[in-house]
Amino acid sequence: MAAVEEKVKQIIVEQLQVDEAEVTPGASFQEDLGADSLDVVELVMQFEEAFDLEIPDEDAEKIKTVKDAIEYIEKNAKGGK
Amino acid sequence: MQRRVVVTGLGLVSAIGNTAPEVWKNLLAGRSGMAPITGFDTTGFSVTFAAEVKNFDPLQFVDKKEARKMARFIHLAMAATHEAMESSGLKITAENGPRVGVHIGSGIGGFDIIEREHSAMLAGGPRKISPFFIPAAIINLAAGQVSIRYGAKGPNEATATACTTSAHSIGDAYRIIERGDADAMIAGGSEAAITPMGIGGFAAMRALSTRNDDPEHACRPFDKDRDGFVVGEGAGILILEELEHAKARGAKILAEIIGYGMSADAYHMTGMPEDGDGCFRAMQNALNSAKVTPQDVQYVNAHATSTELGDVTESRAMQRLFGEHATSHRLRISSTKSMTGHLLGGAGGLEAGITVMALIHQIAPPTTNLENIDPGCVLNYVPNTPQEAKIDVALSNSFGFGGTNGSLVFRRWE
Repeated sequence: MAAVEEKVKQIIVEQLQVDEAEVTPGASFQEDLGADSLDVVELVMQFEEAFDLEIPDEDAEKIKTVKDAIEYIEKNAKGGK
Repeated sequence: MQRRVVVTGLGLVSAIGNTAPEVWKNLLAGRSGMAPITGFDTTGFSVTFAAEVKNFDPLQFVDKKEARKMARFIHLAMAATHEAMESSGLKITAENGPRVGVHIGSGIGGFDIIEREHSAMLAGGPRKISPFFIPAAIINLAAGQVSIRYGAKGPNEATATACTTSAHSIGDAYRIIERGDADAMIAGGSEAAITPMGIGGFAAMRALSTRNDDPEHACRPFDKDRDGFVVGEGAGILILEELEHAKARGAKILAEIIGYGMSADAYHMTGMPEDGDGCFRAMQNALNSAKVTPQDVQYVNAHATSTELGDVTESRAMQRLFGEHATSHRLRISSTKSMTGHLLGGAGGLEAGITVMALIHQIAPPTTNLENIDPGCVLNYVPNTPQEAKIDVALSNSFGFGGTNGSLVFRRWE
């Protein structure tokens, strides 16, 4: 499970060009990590790619924080690593 | 009273240099920017070379997160704008921001991004299209990104008139300042069409030189062995400013823009009429608007792309307009595309910048690869070596597909 957290953080750091230290569980993509709505769409695409998932738009809209992303992926990932 | 408009900054990026001074130095040295294409695998293409910008790192001008959201033509525009703004010393503040505008166009826009995202869609379906696809690729986003970076809140436009794009951008920006809608404009154009569809598309028209075994000598405007143009990439950005505004802040004035003419051929999608009437009228309109006579002009940076019909037609139009002043070889005419390649929508910006430098340095840069002049071309094309000359007034020509023509007139600043 820690592997998911690690990978999610890594994607966020790369996509949003933020310091790893900023990527705390409670950090909101838009309010704390400088993302705009399009950045979040792209971030979700990266999660889909990395964890071999398809995240429907209605679920994607609810992924607002680092913790939301980790929990969603842990619950739904098939062959992700 | 008529508002006068001057050039106070210059930024150029091309295959022969990533700054204006470097471009100028290499023009005078007659250096060619053409080489085999490195940006993609050219296997199966009839044309395998171009004039690519070299050693260009977009991350010098935009941060990594933003760079991903911009097509290459926007990266190049950001680089040229950076140099132009630095050289002008113009500081955009909350106070003057609404009076500073941007007019940066492109003939083609983000082919690189369009091709990439189309491939992603074909491979993985529509869900694989990046949310940044559209804003990274569309033409007016160079102007948009520049305004965001610098806080330029005045008029914001982008022209897309093929190879006349940035001549129109600069001319229209000049008019915007002249009529009082802004005090300064960041104006010019950018192009990055050295992609499979860009090269493949122009090659399909049989518009390009196929001298694959000798790229450096492929672009030979006015030479009888020319066989088509060479695609170049890059950007040319000028800072235009109302004269009193420039003086008030103690800006260094590089030249004055004094005229702008436009016309259409209304003839053919890509060809021009043999008499070059559209080119003639664009130049004539430009000189009329500048209130100068043909005899007042000492240098023309020609459009001349190294196509069989285009070069001789432009030359004929110049002969008609300038008469004995041209046939006597007093008027110097050169095509710097012989070294930079054809920047398409960026050509007018790059060449307006080169024209300004010709006025500053009092040197006409050469047309290289001019070994056997086409018998139909009888003027002074500054063959192969630069010519020192008294240049007070100079013209920069651009002609584009669709039969759209533009001509700019600059005057030396003393």
